[in-house]
Amino acid sequence: MKLLVCIKQVPDLESRFKPNTEGSWFNEADLAWRMNEYDEYAVEQAVQLREQLGDSAELTVLSIGPDRVVEAIKKTLAMGADNAVHIQDPAAATKDPWQIASIIAAYAKDKGFDLIFTGMQSQDRGSAQVGVTIAELLGYSCATTLVGFAFDNGTVTAKRELEGGIKGVVKLKTPALVTCQLGLNIPRYPTLPNIMKAKRKEITALAVADLLTVEPLARTASFHSPAKKGGGIVLEGDVDNLVDQLIGILKDKTAVLR
Amino acid sequence: MKTLLVGEYREGTLLDSTYELFGFAAQLGADTAMLLVGSDGQLPAYGGTLYLADAAVCGEYNPDLHKKLVLEAVQKENPDYIVFVHSSYGWDLAPRVAAALKAAQVSEVIAITPGGFEVGCCNAKMRRTVKPSSAKAVLTIQAGAFPVLKPGGTPQVQRLAAEGSAALEFIGYEPAEPKDVDLGRAEVIVTAGRGVGKKDNVAVIAALAKAMGGELGASRPVVDAEWVSHSHQVGTTGQTVSPKLYVACGVSGAIQHLAGMKKSDFIIAINKDRDAPIGEVADVLVVADVMQFVPKLTAKLAS
Ligand SMILES: Cc1cc2nc3c(=O)[nH]c(=O)nc-3n(C[C@H](O)[C@H](O)[C@H](O)COP(=O)(O)OP(=O)(O)OC[C@H]3O[C@@H](n4cnc5c(N)ncnc54)[C@H](O)[C@@H]3O)c2cc1C
Ligand SMILES: Nc1ncnc2c1ncn2[C@@H]1O[C@H](COP(=O)(O)O)[C@@H](O)[C@H]1O
Repeated sequence: MKLLVCIKQVPDLESRFKPNTEGSWFNEADLAWRMNEYDEYAVEQAVQLREQLGDSAELTVLSIGPDRVVEAIKKTLAMGADNAVHIQDPAAATKDPWQIASIIAAYAKDKGFDLIFTGMQSQDRGSAQVGVTIAELLGYSCATTLVGFAFDNGTVTAKRELEGGIKGVVKLKTPALVTCQLGLNIPRYPTLPNIMKAKRKEITALAVADLLTVEPLARTASFHSPAKKGGGIVLEGDVDNLVDQLIGILKDKTAVLR
Repeated sequence: MKTLLVGEYREGTLLDSTYELFGFAAQLGADTAMLLVGSDGQLPAYGGTLYLADAAVCGEYNPDLHKKLVLEAVQKENPDYIVFVHSSYGWDLAPRVAAALKAAQVSEVIAITPGGFEVGCCNAKMRRTVKPSSAKAVLTIQAGAFPVLKPGGTPQVQRLAAEGSAALEFIGYEPAEPKDVDLGRAEVIVTAGRGVGKKDNVAVIAALAKAMGGELGASRPVVDAEWVSHSHQVGTTGQTVSPKLYVACGVSGAIQHLAGMKKSDFIIAINKDRDAPIGEVADVLVVADVMQFVPKLTAKLAS
């Protein structure tokens, strides 16, 4: 069985974001990068399935982006993926979800993947589109927002998370694509021996130009901070001082301290 | 300008979020038609055209079939925009429709601006204005971002019959986990977010909750990592609360969390990031490290 998991590298979201010179996305200088949180769950689920299936299965990881994404790819190899594809694209951030999905579908279309895993959304772009669009382009059945996954005999039993904590249970036959939600599993930390083993695993580099054939369907006209609203107070400075200030406010504004 | 709104129906009931679609269309100043996979007993209070397919026949969740139905209505109406709520139904179905139409999709729209549609990004810290370049576009709107609007009236129903097999089989619903803590009654809630750092530190937040005579709340990552049980989770997939005082410790303020607590009377946030989106709803944002600040606050309150 052939498995594919798609991962995106995103900036540390506690960073300060400033617009780039075109005002279309953030300036990437000085940011720290890591794997999209949702994709960690996708990788973990794919690795668990790879373990369940044994050596008859092969798990490939794919990421589109500049050279830095190789760091995130290496982590997935240390988590247990067999090999990886890096689609080299320094301008990935300026592509719309339709183009990203089209590139992945162009790569995957003649590879015969039985099951594809993606995150439900990326934390920086947050479109929740790429996974479903890949499935549509490949003609795969697709279920989104998984908080439960089981595979048996060519059939996936998936639990979709709905509003209010209700779940919807669905069954789908391979070839299929699933998008993974937070809490689907507990993603593992790579161990040192596995990090060493991962160094021998193959990462194939492909040029994006060979896979991209479509124009964008949407354009980012501007990237900016939210308009500041609400007259909230911001307290900063020495911690002891902050404690006293906050207690003063609690006394004045709330009934908590009588 | 014309919109095709796609309503939502679950477990035999028309969902209230459907009326936010009318609120959005009104702000856009657009004509509307609606498509609903629902039932005759649960028609929206709206006097326009309603393309109705029977959920008892088509299934409440059957994306392949629902996609076909939306496309059929699109063919009849020729709308500029096809609009969904950004929900487990909308974000699942919208990209399928967009791909079939080769139309742009703009996800989780929070406002309409002259330059395009405003959406959040970078975990709600930043905004983008997105402009579709295709003739038609598919939109999903953020739950709660647009006003609820009940146009009133009785729809002119046009029935759609669905045919075709589905690649996906819907088995059924599983109820939410029972809650052993009712946060809805608490007057004070002190919430631990991922910023508390590790499981052991949750005790520090619980101690503040106790000192304030309140309950412990938790953000989702804290629950997913099994630091705190699910019954303490606040947010769209946890509990919705509105205590007199809400103290968010190391919580960034993602939309799904805010949806569960922003109606609290007074909100205090403790966060080391001055730009964290929780600041948009907080009455007081204390810029500090939770592990330095909270123990001192608890000690002072206890003395
Ligand atoms: C469909 C869906 C449903 C969801 N439902 C929910 C839900 O019901 N409830 C929910 O909470 N989330 C929900 N989420 C997840 C949500 O999107 C966020 O991922 C989550 O709320 C983030 O939790 P957090 O703020 O604790 O963590 P983070 O976003 O990681 O934020 C941590 C914060 O702590 C601060 N911090 C870090 N260290 C310190 C320190 N030492 N001192 C002070 N501050 C510090 C950081 O600056 C940051 O702001 C849902 C997501 C989806 C897609
Ligand atoms: N550049 C990329 N490379 C590989 N996979 C991606 C990329 N961008 C998005 N994805 C996948 O698509 C999912 C949804 O992303 P998005 O539509 O941007 O919210 C992510 O969780 C990833 O699994």
